Amino acid sequence: MSLLDVTNLQVRAEDKQILRGVSLSVNPGEVHAIMGPNGSGKSTFARALAGHPGYEVTDGAVTYRGKDLLDMSPDERAREGVFMAFQYPVEIPGVNNAYFLKAAVNAKRRHQGLEELDAMDFMALIREKAKLLQVDEGMLQRSVNEGFSGGEKKRNEIFHMAVLEPTLAVLDETDSGLDIDALKIVAHGVNAMRAPDRAFIVVTHYQRLLNYIVPDFVHVLSEGKLVRSGGRELALELEEKGYGWLETAGARS
Amino acid sequence: MSTSTELIEQLATKEYKYGFTTDVEQEIAPKGLNEDIVRLISSKKDEPEWLLEWRLKAYRAWLKMTEPTWQNVTYPPIDYQGISYYAAPKRKQRLNSLDEVDPEIRRTFEKLGIPLEEQKLLSGVAVDAVFDSVSVATTFRDKLAALGIIFCSFSEAVREHPDLVRQYLGTVVPYTDNFFAALNSAVFSDGSFVFVPKGVRCPMELSTYFRINAKETGQFERTLIVCEAGAQVSYLEGCTAPQRDENQLHAAVVELVALDDATIKYSTVQNWYPGDKDGKGGIYNFVTKRGICKGRKSKITWTQVETGSSITWKYPSCILQGDDSVGEFYSVAVTNNRQQADTGTKMIHLGKNTRSTIVSKGISAGRGQNTYRGAVKIGRQATNARNYSQCDSLLIGDRCGAHTFPYLEVKNTSASVEHEASTSKIGEDQIFYCEQRGISKEDAINMIVSGFCKEVFRELPMEFAVEAQKLLGVSLEGSVG
Repeated sequence: MSLLDVTNLQVRAEDKQILRGVSLSVNPGEVHAIMGPNGSGKSTFARALAGHPGYEVTDGAVTYRGKDLLDMSPDERAREGVFMAFQYPVEIPGVNNAYFLKAAVNAKRRHQGLEELDAMDFMALIREKAKLLQVDEGMLQRSVNEGFSGGEKKRNEIFHMAVLEPTLAVLDETDSGLDIDALKIVAHGVNAMRAPDRAFIVVTHYQRLLNYIVPDFVHVLSEGKLVRSGGRELALELEEKGYGWLETAGARS
Repeated sequence: MSTSTELIEQLATKEYKYGFTTDVEQEIAPKGLNEDIVRLISSKKDEPEWLLEWRLKAYRAWLKMTEPTWQNVTYPPIDYQGISYYAAPKRKQRLNSLDEVDPEIRRTFEKLGIPLEEQKLLSGVAVDAVFDSVSVATTFRDKLAALGIIFCSFSEAVREHPDLVRQYLGTVVPYTDNFFAALNSAVFSDGSFVFVPKGVRCPMELSTYFRINAKETGQFERTLIVCEAGAQVSYLEGCTAPQRDENQLHAAVVELVALDDATIKYSTVQNWYPGDKDGKGGIYNFVTKRGICKGRKSKITWTQVETGSSITWKYPSCILQGDDSVGEFYSVAVTNNRQQADTGTKMIHLGKNTRSTIVSKGISAGRGQNTYRGAVKIGRQATNARNYSQCDSLLIGDRCGAHTFPYLEVKNTSASVEHEASTSKIGEDQIFYCEQRGISKEDAINMIVSGFCKEVFRELPMEFAVEAQKLLGVSLEGSVG
């Protein structure tokens, strides 16, 4: 059984139809890349999966682990193992990053019927993950994303992901605005997390990220529809030809 | 003797006639305020002549004053002759078990995590012998007395320590200060008195909770705290449990006096009944709180968390008279539904090298209106005075309001005064971000609000801070869709 089944997903945002029927299946262990030009609906796809209130699903179905994902509130989705790394991570002044993560981890554990982690066990967990992602311990004690540089914010997203150990991780243009070193750190984190029971959907504009996170499948989104799907070589083809040649392909499909 | 006086005399002696056998029957003065009522109050309390004179002077001053209208709140006119100004300490109606308590209040107790026995005490359920608050309180008092610290009700202080009361009463908030302070001075019911002698550091947080007769202090509370040279005290007022009261108007006065090197920390959590969703029946809380740093290097810190009352009018202030003295004000004020708050502080720098810090966090939700009003005055002699003010407002929803009125008066050119202000809204994005990590919307709002108030919460004593944080969550419940 696939982990995620998206069928004919149609999404509207601010009175504009953005996704016009997207279908996609993701199996555990797979990494799917969603690529496409600006305005094609890549981020909308990611945010609709996470349940962002600004995105209205007008048609279609999404089944996640056999359950109706669209029927769940955003926090339920998260506790069920869906994680989205934000394109623009949000600052929460005064809320300690470690404290925030502890609340998140324990919300999930309660949901799973597991005992909550106490402060000691939790600190041990996040120290281990921080080390894995080369996250400075000082970042744990700062307020969530407050005053973080662009790179730090993205790294913090991946750090959250590592701590929350999702079943389905959606990365919304995590590479945008990152220099090559930061990009490598982020990719290293994702690669370290790859596991047979975990799937990734990597949304990106550039194939550059895919040099470091090697996808199993690449899908190209244009004007709200998937116009091409293929293996990793598709990304290289896009790199070479740009998105322009897709316009005609899109018209054809 | 006029007939009204006769009536009062009769009322005044009623207690003796019927003895102490009746629990339910109450002794209440006729409505209205006049000199006879003031005399009645004083005589019921067996007060010395000087105190009666003081009350009368206050009453006469009050007659010449008018109710302030500059504050940014609206309420129907108060009929001061329609209020009864004296009620004998009444007993709460005894309930047999917690099942008889309003389920709404019980739910709030549970959310705040108030222990069962304490819940009973607060809601007037007969408490069993296991939790004997009186004996607990007595133990504390013995310990304090051994150090020479006086901690008792105001009436008791008038009886037992009249010289101390007379020396300090009205020295910080004179009865001519303002309309509500004058009213309080004329008719104050009871309150707390704290005296910490020279060089003594009070070893525990003093809380009204541990003071016998602390409950039912009435609507015109009066508190006086004096710290002699080198003494230190931390005083906690109020509690997070919701408090209902039949008296709609509350006008308290608090005076603090800090001598050389003394430190007074005064923390308040105020959760009076805010009224229903339309604001009906809520408490009007018109309070005058002021401290004087009389001595060199003395320090006064006000910390308040204001979540209750339908109207809050309150400006805990510091007069920094001693050289090198320090005044601090940390405040969180929440207005939800129809609540209105006009609160802030005054820092009056008179001495050299005096410093003050103001951190105000206003949270508005529903149709709440929240106003910060603060004054910083630097006197001519106050060389090198420094002030830092920070006023942040947080809006939840789009029907509430936040207002900031900072006043500055600087008469010494060496002063340094800084003011920072910000207004932000809890964004859908912030809530969604928390939700995406698995945190429920309600917890997300609590977390964001607590983060916003962090600088104030860390000034509160530990357990108080935890309770205050929960209280904020309960106060803002249902404020976001």
